[in-house]
Amino acid sequence: MSELITVTLNGSDTQFPADTSLADVVASLGHAPSQPGVAAAVDGQVVRQTDWSDTNIDGGQHIEILTAVQGGSR
Amino acid sequence: MTSDPFVIAGQTLSSRLIMGTGGAPSHEILAAALKASGTALTTVALRRLDPTAAGSVLDVVAELDIKVLPNTAGCYTAHEAVTLARMAREALQTDWIKLEVIGDDKTLFPDPVELLDAAETLVDDGFVVLPYCGDDPIIARRLEQIGCAAVMPLGSPIGSGAGIRNPYNLRIILEQSDVPVILDAGIGTASHAAQAMELGCAAVLCASAVTRAKDPALMGAAMAQAVEAGRNAFRAGRISERLYAEASSPDYGRMHLHR
Repeated sequence: MSELITVTLNGSDTQFPADTSLADVVASLGHAPSQPGVAAAVDGQVVRQTDWSDTNIDGGQHIEILTAVQGGSR
Repeated sequence: MTSDPFVIAGQTLSSRLIMGTGGAPSHEILAAALKASGTALTTVALRRLDPTAAGSVLDVVAELDIKVLPNTAGCYTAHEAVTLARMAREALQTDWIKLEVIGDDKTLFPDPVELLDAAETLVDDGFVVLPYCGDDPIIARRLEQIGCAAVMPLGSPIGSGAGIRNPYNLRIILEQSDVPVILDAGIGTASHAAQAMELGCAAVLCASAVTRAKDPALMGAAMAQAVEAGRNAFRAGRISERLYAEASSPDYGRMHLHR
């Protein structure tokens, strides 16, 4: 059994296997990483979609995965 | 009539009504309102991906062939707004950003210091920056000077529906600006949109006024008509206001009755 790491994903502590990529994290939210409309940042740095598969996640990182919704201010 | 294209950053848009998407009770009602408004440019916000959300606002906008304009709604600092703009560029493959940096919760007025800071960073980063700003001509001028593609002064607080509270400041901004001036925030009904266009705004942005109306599609159509009528009136050149009457019928040739 592989080691688990804990990251803060969209504000919630979430566990992943130690060899998880950013693409895996996006997929865990039900979004196919090849589909457009979603952006990811790790510790405040935006990661391009083309780099998600090559971006390994470390424990303790803060990951934000965003998409477009209806809205203006607030 | 001569052609009167609406151009932002070299791109011609087929409508001078920019729509927001916030406040619509469903994607179906939003779609009907956007369609009725004839808009060519519509804002969306970015929020955390919710695996349980049904459908996407992007599908609604794509179906209607409307250009999407991401905003930085909900940001209170330049740092937050710049990060969110960069995420929007990644998610939506557009370098256009409606920049909002809010100063406080109660007024939702923009924070001019953070706004200028964020605008400068994003312009340097190659964004087409459309900043939501106060109706202060000095801030509007500074935003234009640093390279914003338009300025978007508020008419009154976001969602207030109070219309244009300071048309005099808006006139000063219009006189001094070489980039499009787009009235953003405060529009409550069609006459407000017409007033903005009559004053010379290049476009108006409406969200709540349409999406929270009892009949959003009908209000979308009304806004489109108001924007067009206001623009035509501006281009036609209105008569000047007078205190006293001026008869429009000639004085000569009047009949004189003798008792």
